Amino acid sequence: MGQNFRLANLGLINRDKKISFKFNGKKYFGFEGDTIASALLANGIHLVGRSFKYHRPRGFFGAGVDEPYAIVQMVRNKETEPNVRATEQELFEGLDAKSVNCWPSVNFDIGAINNFFNKFLPAGFYYKTFMWPKSFWYRVYEPFIRKAAGFGVASTKYDSERYEHKYEYCDLLITGSGPAGLAGAYTAAKSGARIILAEEKPRFGGSLLTSDVNIGNQSGKDWADKIIAELKEMPNVTIKNRAQVFGYYDHNMLVMSEKVSDHLPKSKKFTPKQRLWYVRAKEVLISSGSIERPIVFGNNDTPGVVLASAAKEYLKVYGVLVGKKPLVFTNNDSAYETAIEFKKYGIDVIVLDTRINPKSEIIEEAKDLGIEIKFSHVVVAANGYKKVKSAQISKLSDNKKDLGKIEIIKCDCICVSGFWTPTIHLSSQSGNKTKFDEKIDAFVPGTSKQNETTIGSANGIFNLEETLKKSFEKGQELAKKITNNDLKISVPQVSEKKSTNHDKFWCVPLPDKKNYKRFLDFQNDVTVSDIELALREGYRSIEHVKRYTTLGMATDQGKTSNLNGLQLVSDVENKVVPSVGHTTFRPPYTPVSIGAIVGREVGKHSKPTRKSPMHSWHEKNNAIFVDAGIWLRPRYYKKGNEDLFEASKREAENVRKNVGVCDVTTLGKIDIKGPDAAEFLNRVYTNAWLKLPVGKARYGVMLREDGIVMDDGTTTRISENHYHMTTTTAQAANVLSHLEYYLQLVWPDLNVNVVSTTEQWAGAAIAGPKSRDLLQKLFPDLDTSNDGLPFMGYVESKLFGVTAKIFRISFSGELAYEVNVESDNGNYMWEKIMDIGKEFKIQPYGTEALSTLRIEMGHVAGTELDGRTIPYDNGLDGLVSKNKDFIGKRSLNRKAFIATNRQKVVGVVPLDKKTSIPEGSHLVVDENAKLPNPKLGHISASCWSVEYNNPFSLAILKDGKNMIGKKLFALSPLKNKSIPVEIVSSHYVDPKGERVRS
Amino acid sequence: MLYIFCPHCGLRSQNEFSYGGDATVKRPALNKEVSDEQWNNFVYNRKSPRGKHVELWQHISGCRQWIKVQRDTVTHEIFKTVEANKEI
Repeated sequence: MGQNFRLANLGLINRDKKISFKFNGKKYFGFEGDTIASALLANGIHLVGRSFKYHRPRGFFGAGVDEPYAIVQMVRNKETEPNVRATEQELFEGLDAKSVNCWPSVNFDIGAINNFFNKFLPAGFYYKTFMWPKSFWYRVYEPFIRKAAGFGVASTKYDSERYEHKYEYCDLLITGSGPAGLAGAYTAAKSGARIILAEEKPRFGGSLLTSDVNIGNQSGKDWADKIIAELKEMPNVTIKNRAQVFGYYDHNMLVMSEKVSDHLPKSKKFTPKQRLWYVRAKEVLISSGSIERPIVFGNNDTPGVVLASAAKEYLKVYGVLVGKKPLVFTNNDSAYETAIEFKKYGIDVIVLDTRINPKSEIIEEAKDLGIEIKFSHVVVAANGYKKVKSAQISKLSDNKKDLGKIEIIKCDCICVSGFWTPTIHLSSQSGNKTKFDEKIDAFVPGTSKQNETTIGSANGIFNLEETLKKSFEKGQELAKKITNNDLKISVPQVSEKKSTNHDKFWCVPLPDKKNYKRFLDFQNDVTVSDIELALREGYRSIEHVKRYTTLGMATDQGKTSNLNGLQLVSDVENKVVPSVGHTTFRPPYTPVSIGAIVGREVGKHSKPTRKSPMHSWHEKNNAIFVDAGIWLRPRYYKKGNEDLFEASKREAENVRKNVGVCDVTTLGKIDIKGPDAAEFLNRVYTNAWLKLPVGKARYGVMLREDGIVMDDGTTTRISENHYHMTTTTAQAANVLSHLEYYLQLVWPDLNVNVVSTTEQWAGAAIAGPKSRDLLQKLFPDLDTSNDGLPFMGYVESKLFGVTAKIFRISFSGELAYEVNVESDNGNYMWEKIMDIGKEFKIQPYGTEALSTLRIEMGHVAGTELDGRTIPYDNGLDGLVSKNKDFIGKRSLNRKAFIATNRQKVVGVVPLDKKTSIPEGSHLVVDENAKLPNPKLGHISASCWSVEYNNPFSLAILKDGKNMIGKKLFALSPLKNKSIPVEIVSSHYVDPKGERVRS
Repeated sequence: MLYIFCPHCGLRSQNEFSYGGDATVKRPALNKEVSDEQWNNFVYNRKSPRGKHVELWQHISGCRQWIKVQRDTVTHEIFKTVEANKEI
């Protein structure tokens, strides 16, 4: 297909590189540097989508970030992507895009029937309609709304693209490379400040790319190119295009999304698709520019109605005509540049200007070129359905309220300009309270809250000379503050033909007996009458009007509609705009992909993985791993076709019968040193610590101040003022912070130091009746007798020359030892144990067997110490000292904690001795009671007792002390199970604890 | 993300710190008789002031020191930070 709307030799695109792409299944051509929008327009395609509510045909309205309509679904590198703005997406070879919000096609859309039933779709339609009957919500309304909502379809596949995060610090961040940004950046960079200059578009220069101005003796664009070239050479400058600073957060942290590869058919190797920058800037220059706002008139959403600035951009950047019979409709000078551009390329253009008799250099130039100008004229309505065919125009009375006789003129596009709205999103997000500027009919930033300065048209300055002067000044002022260099740069001569005054006219009245739709918000189909209705229904706050009508919502967040909406509310309410106020500007300024926000923290990179020094041995020996916090621990070691149950049973049985070895490196370890260490432990733990002799370990329980058990573990007195504390794997970090809190803030007088040594020691637990024999072979010189190394004893020895710490402690309830060596020697230790243990039939055991062993012994662990239980609940009464104070003791006096029928840890056995009880099951008296069945307790841990060869569980049961011997039911509605059970002692195996002392 | 001045390390980003609650709460001395009300005030009852608030942060991914930070709960402005043993 020919590019009938492309002019030869004009624009900044690369005409040597032709690019083919598909739109709605049809093949087109464009050039490198085109956007989807410019390439389609060059091919004469205006119809790109259907509107949200009425499914009216929609075309292109803007040429960039402000675009409300042209949102497409795109396929890039075999991955579908919704919510792509056709005015921003650059063309690449093979790009495949299609329209959204239409079915079966954009040309023939069944949903367009809504347009004719629009009386039934007023503001708040959803709120009014979907309220009743209640039962319809899940079955009918929700599926319907879900189907109708949104602009496209998200992929359900794993996103294989790479996204990166970058943290950056700079002296000065400049957001936008228009004249203001360039002037500010240039001065600051020359003064030696470290700057980042971010530009959302692919090309630098902002308005200088399209406006007809001269700076010095060159065109605006040439001046911008020269400055950019110079900046790029400077080492203190980072300059990024396709980078949108979308949020201004606390303490001068700004976040920027850089589209690194979106303009390429696929990302290059080692290059991300997008990069998210967290920039902490000492100062910020906000030069985000301004967005042209439309004038509201009848059927102003017809394809072919475009912003005048967009028409100019298509012409000057892409060499594309949005139409060949253009009509320009304006209330200010800037649209004259558009008209003149058309005329320059031989296109006849008519200008309708709402002003009575404005005077400026540019109007004179337009007149001299022979452009037809009608002052005091307006477009009343656009004619045409899928494309503008003509316009109804009329003279406007001097009071701007009455229309004259309607006249129809033929045209194929209407370029509209209702003056400019400063882009104050970032300034407002920084905490800056905005103020209304009567002169420009828009909000501008007020007093700076953080270290931010807004310059150029973002600050409501539309005159280039003033913009450059102030921006050079600000750049210099900030640079001086940062670098102490006071560099003066002289402001170049500027020639600009347009003036900055405008007519405060924004909405064309309806002619008699006509009811044209006049759109305020194009993306959400919000019309003038919707807002009027909301106000009649009593909505007053602009935030409420927004949510009720959806004005300014969705992906464009009202970039072209907010101000006209405010004008309307203030007109109807007879207020002034500043008293109506604007809605909150929340980040992000433009949509940011979830991938970019998540960055590299996906899959297994979502958290760090910690491995013990013996990890590779476990891997080689068929360990199946389980996540234990951020650690990976062997759950069981698979032999042949064993499953989890069989393997863990085998491993646990071997511990009870022979000897097993378990990797306990993951236990938290804290080194505690200092003359007051004993006193400190005595305050931290519930039991007594002052008299623990050197060379002995003790089990301890620590509470939070509210009396709840925080953690348990053993602590060993290594020497007079040196203790080795162990914590559970899960609580290691919390316990360290807890200890530091008390030492630094509560008892700073205690002379104690704590430091984590978890990663310094590798640990192996050797458990089972034959563990002493094994230990003796590992440490031939050691006296391993019950007298030489008694239960809870500690000794240091050499394991074939390697220093080892030996603790006689047991988690399994068997005779057991824990051997610690420095981490680097961990694997050596493990291999020695396995090698020498062979004759004692040693087997490694994982966390599943470990659980089995501790459950049938009735040792409480994380599932009982669940943040809701106190020591008495866990049968730890003997560990709570009556004679001393400790953290959390005062809370144990609370009424609920001393109640006689408190919950207790008990054992549970199924009556049939066969059915395993699911963890989490509720214990109830009557299995058939009416739901919710009164719950007496819950199953906290279950195992298959290897000692008795039947299932056994632990439970936390109300009045558990008096329930032993009772028969209850364990109900698991999730597993649809009801199991008759008997309550027994939690100490199911070796209740007297003889084995550990044997 | 806040920018917190650690008195030991200098200005660091919030993600190096962990929040520790109201810094003005004083733990009753050990072995001292306290009423239920006093104890409950220490364990549970906290004010949620609008405006200036002195709070604890721990520089967990840095020097591991607990510090006191005076912050505005509305604007997040940080006025002052001091070491654990100093008062604001």
